Amino acid sequence: MTLVLTILARVGLILTILPPTLFLFDGMTLSTAKWVMMLGTILWLVASPLLQKKHEEAAMAHPSDPL
Amino acid sequence: MSDITESNLTLKVPTSSGEFEREPVPQSELKGANKFWGMYAGEHCAGTEFMIGPLFLLNGVSLQNIFLGLLLGNLLAVLSWRFLCAPIATQARLTLYYHLEKIAGDKLVILYNLANGILFCFLAGAMITVSATAVGIPFNIPMPTIDSVFPNSIAFVIIVLAVGSVIAIVAAKGYDTVAKFANVAAPWMILVFAACGIVAFKQLEVSDWAALNSLWSESIVFAQEGQAASSMSFWSVVFFGWFCNAAMHVGMSDLSVFRFAKKPSYGWASAAGMYVGHYMAWIAAAFMLAAQIKLLRDANPVPGPMAYSVAGIAGIICVIVAGWTTANPTIYRAGLAFQAIVPKVSRFKVTLFTGFIATVAGTFPAFAWKLLGFVGLYGTILAPIGAIIFFDWHFIRKGDAARLHHAKPSSSFSIPVLLSWLIPVGIAIYFIQVVGIAAHFFPLPCWIACGLLYLALNKKEATA
Repeated sequence: MTLVLTILARVGLILTILPPTLFLFDGMTLSTAKWVMMLGTILWLVASPLLQKKHEEAAMAHPSDPL
Repeated sequence: MSDITESNLTLKVPTSSGEFEREPVPQSELKGANKFWGMYAGEHCAGTEFMIGPLFLLNGVSLQNIFLGLLLGNLLAVLSWRFLCAPIATQARLTLYYHLEKIAGDKLVILYNLANGILFCFLAGAMITVSATAVGIPFNIPMPTIDSVFPNSIAFVIIVLAVGSVIAIVAAKGYDTVAKFANVAAPWMILVFAACGIVAFKQLEVSDWAALNSLWSESIVFAQEGQAASSMSFWSVVFFGWFCNAAMHVGMSDLSVFRFAKKPSYGWASAAGMYVGHYMAWIAAAFMLAAQIKLLRDANPVPGPMAYSVAGIAGIICVIVAGWTTANPTIYRAGLAFQAIVPKVSRFKVTLFTGFIATVAGTFPAFAWKLLGFVGLYGTILAPIGAIIFFDWHFIRKGDAARLHHAKPSSSFSIPVLLSWLIPVGIAIYFIQVVGIAAHFFPLPCWIACGLLYLALNKKEATA
């Protein structure tokens, strides 16, 4: 589950920054870029809090782990 | 700016459960360097960054002065964190408040808290305004213009009140969830800021520096209705970049952060905040306004519509989140500051009232438009207190942490500290308000004057 969330979160970040970069080099229209960025935003904002929760649970289970 | 606030509160805001508010942070609680790099990068990508970049354009600052002035100003800010703040923090390991209490007494700290709380209220108000400009987009509400001092419509007031109420209630109930969410959102927000800059740059349709410079000059002329005058020189930009967070570095507010650092070299982590938030994000936001002027012939620096225009719904969400996650802790901290003055009233009620004041301030867009001046004033008023700590640490305590830890103030309200603080600040406020000199030039002379006055008055008191 953690691996899936990690992948989804990272894909979210990529989908946030890649579309404007493609738009810069005429590889994508602005309208498409905006939609993909929104998708990336949703992915990140959904996956990342869940991932953080997983990390916190893991930290609780191993309190001696370094920060 | 933020800017002036914190998205990561786990290091910063004292809680009742072991945040070492009144004791040195023990070795076992020290944090690794990554924590600081991440915190500073996120902390300085705030809602107000969307305002500051465009305000440079509206003030007629040349592109060269923005790029080079901010490069130098931010470097000086990083050096201030690294060599003035972090070394004291990693030796004394106390919060600013407790450190100051040991020098100046608890009642003077209350006065400092009052100044801090009031300034935080207005800063949070500007952040609420920024968020409201994005929330209003789906409702097609007319936004205030750069000339608006008062709210331009009932609808805008309702939006601000709604946004401000939510932020105030969440801050009053506790900020844990929001602080966590702010940490989660930080990497994404940084990328959205970058995305906004990239899209805006593309929309400018320039192929080289000369074309960009020329278009920038045209944008300034348009924004200033035919004038090309600049109210900010290269040194103005340098001093603004250096001192927009003066309260945090030379003002020593970030003692509370770096007391958790293993080494003073962690002060370099502030570079993440300066060069991501106060360089990349400001320039990105400035490009957004230039693009808006080019495409729509509209020079109103309203963050919501600008971000929507270049990044769509992701841009709107970013403006809301950036404003909310920074306004929330700002109100919380202002509430804590005020609660120290009225300790018998519950923190919930004080924070709610603080949020109400900030929300009312947020209905006046002028606070957001005047952010450059406000930030300078904020530094001028609060930074000199850092000089008291710096001069006391090096010239009176001689860098001896144990001496500080065992110290007791000679009075609960130190008159030498009060005079050292208020005399330079009073003179500076006269020059800012009456003579009209920009506020960001005053944190440095006030800081030096305050430190020297403190040494002189302290010596006089000791010999008396």
